[in-house]
Amino acid sequence: MTTPQADKPVDNGVNVEALFGAQAALSKTPEAARFKWRSTVEWINGTHSRSTIEGFYGLGAEQKHKKPFVFEADHPEVFAAQDAAATPVEIVLAGLASCLTAGVAAVAQARKVQLRSVSATLEAGMDIRGILGVDEDVRNGFDGIKVTYKIDADASPADIKAIVAQSQKRSAVYDIITNPTNVTVEVA
Amino acid sequence: MSWWLAKRSIDHVVLERGEVANTWRTQRWDSLTLLTPSWQSRLPGHGYEGDDPDGFRTMDETISFIERYAKIVSPPLRTHCPVTSVAIDSDGYQVVTEQGTWQCKGVVLASGAFNIAQVPKLSQEIPSRIAQLTTAEYRNPGSLEPGGVMVVGAAASGAQIADEIHRSGRPVTLAVGEHVRAPRMYRGRDIQWWMDVTGLNDERYDRVENLRRARALSSFQIAGYRDRRNIDLNALTSLGVSIVGRLAVIRDGKAQFSGSLRNLCELADLKQYRLLNTIDEWAAANGMSDGVEPPHRPEPTRIDASPPLGLDLRRAGIKTIVWATGFRPDYSWLQLPVLDAKGNMRHDGGVVTEAPGLYVMGLPFLRRRKSTLIDGVGDDARDLSAHLASHLGVRSGSDWVA
Repeated sequence: MTTPQADKPVDNGVNVEALFGAQAALSKTPEAARFKWRSTVEWINGTHSRSTIEGFYGLGAEQKHKKPFVFEADHPEVFAAQDAAATPVEIVLAGLASCLTAGVAAVAQARKVQLRSVSATLEAGMDIRGILGVDEDVRNGFDGIKVTYKIDADASPADIKAIVAQSQKRSAVYDIITNPTNVTVEVA
Repeated sequence: MSWWLAKRSIDHVVLERGEVANTWRTQRWDSLTLLTPSWQSRLPGHGYEGDDPDGFRTMDETISFIERYAKIVSPPLRTHCPVTSVAIDSDGYQVVTEQGTWQCKGVVLASGAFNIAQVPKLSQEIPSRIAQLTTAEYRNPGSLEPGGVMVVGAAASGAQIADEIHRSGRPVTLAVGEHVRAPRMYRGRDIQWWMDVTGLNDERYDRVENLRRARALSSFQIAGYRDRRNIDLNALTSLGVSIVGRLAVIRDGKAQFSGSLRNLCELADLKQYRLLNTIDEWAAANGMSDGVEPPHRPEPTRIDASPPLGLDLRRAGIKTIVWATGFRPDYSWLQLPVLDAKGNMRHDGGVVTEAPGLYVMGLPFLRRRKSTLIDGVGDDARDLSAHLASHLGVRSGSDWVA
């Protein structure tokens, strides 16, 4: 691993001391580690909808973001929709990208690697005969996701690869996408 | 341990639930050999005597090796003496066995980390027509029904079993989680020779960067075959074994595998390269570079562009599932509050600080990287017996149990 210059402390804007502190504290109080993430959605019109994210539960109490965050979604015109916002599957890609990238910053910080720039492009294949019900043997979801990172950092190519690999290992969205999750949808 | 206790004139007795080398006799498959070369099984007062120091002992050879050592040490041994309870009492510990009860000042738990085969809960979802075996129950390919076999887990045991079952004509699907890749031979020398000379095997538990992680790592994905061939995923793929991701769920008779296989292989490749870099750096720094073959880097793990994410167990003709998903220790007889929420012993290098006089041996990275090797027992026993001697102080005549 490349050692940075001693006079310039590594700063990727991640408070790893706090994260390590949380790791130590939560290993003793597993119940505080139980979080509930929440989102609400309102239908607007057609395939256009608006999700709002504000509250969540964690560390044994109700928590709140600094302000409500709003995400709209729609479908593109080639789907005969209005294209008022990104497609839900694209938002999934954005979620994966943000989760992995946050992990890259945190792992790099923990390994004392200064990042100068990090960018990635994501591409996911999909055969839409699945969602259109044309062929029952075609799945609805992605048939694969390709993520390509470009990273400029004070580290060897092998160390950068190791940081990206470790960020996948610790990523929630990566896990959600690569492993099955039980989903229960009810009408209240 | 008994050798060291005798040397320190500490009165003791060794309790064995069955025969000497019991686990080696009863819970190992037929073709298994030690994963370390014979020269490396160094025990206190006993080195290798023979003409094949680089070979790997079979189970029969391992049993007679341990029997021979037991004769040399001739410990105060009680065989067929299973312990049913270890509890605190007014002056130390009370150890209850089927052959009577001992009061003692100290107890060393040398029953190891590999007592109960861990089988994931999802095994309950496997259709009953499919036979399920753990690595402790598996014996040989011939004892399996003809047809497909799914091996779950790709550490040393899973990879070896996948190799021999597939060679028997039963097509194997290997579900791969986190694994530690290593070549059997590197630069013309056995990987364990390198682990030994570089001092990696001697690395101490209080010096390693992430101890929790080091203790959780699975074994090197290697075998002790006569031809010294590798059994990494590339070797198994070349053989025709189907490599899939970690077994995630069984639903309606279908297995689903994680899509994280590529990353787990990348992690294992990078880790292997770091190990080989460490070896190369050591060789260069110690003037060894000319005495051994030049460095090389094994090919990265080859993974299909789209490895299968699901397997219909019936359609794929799977008749048997072998769980190579690790073991955990059995402390069901231990009446002391020294286990964490996951049932693992809380200890500091084998010293159970919450129960003075209690010690544990043979756990992963207990005091050193080699703590689970036969070769690592001697140094750990020396250290722990010294600690025990000081715990006992000048009081003599104290019984204690290993």
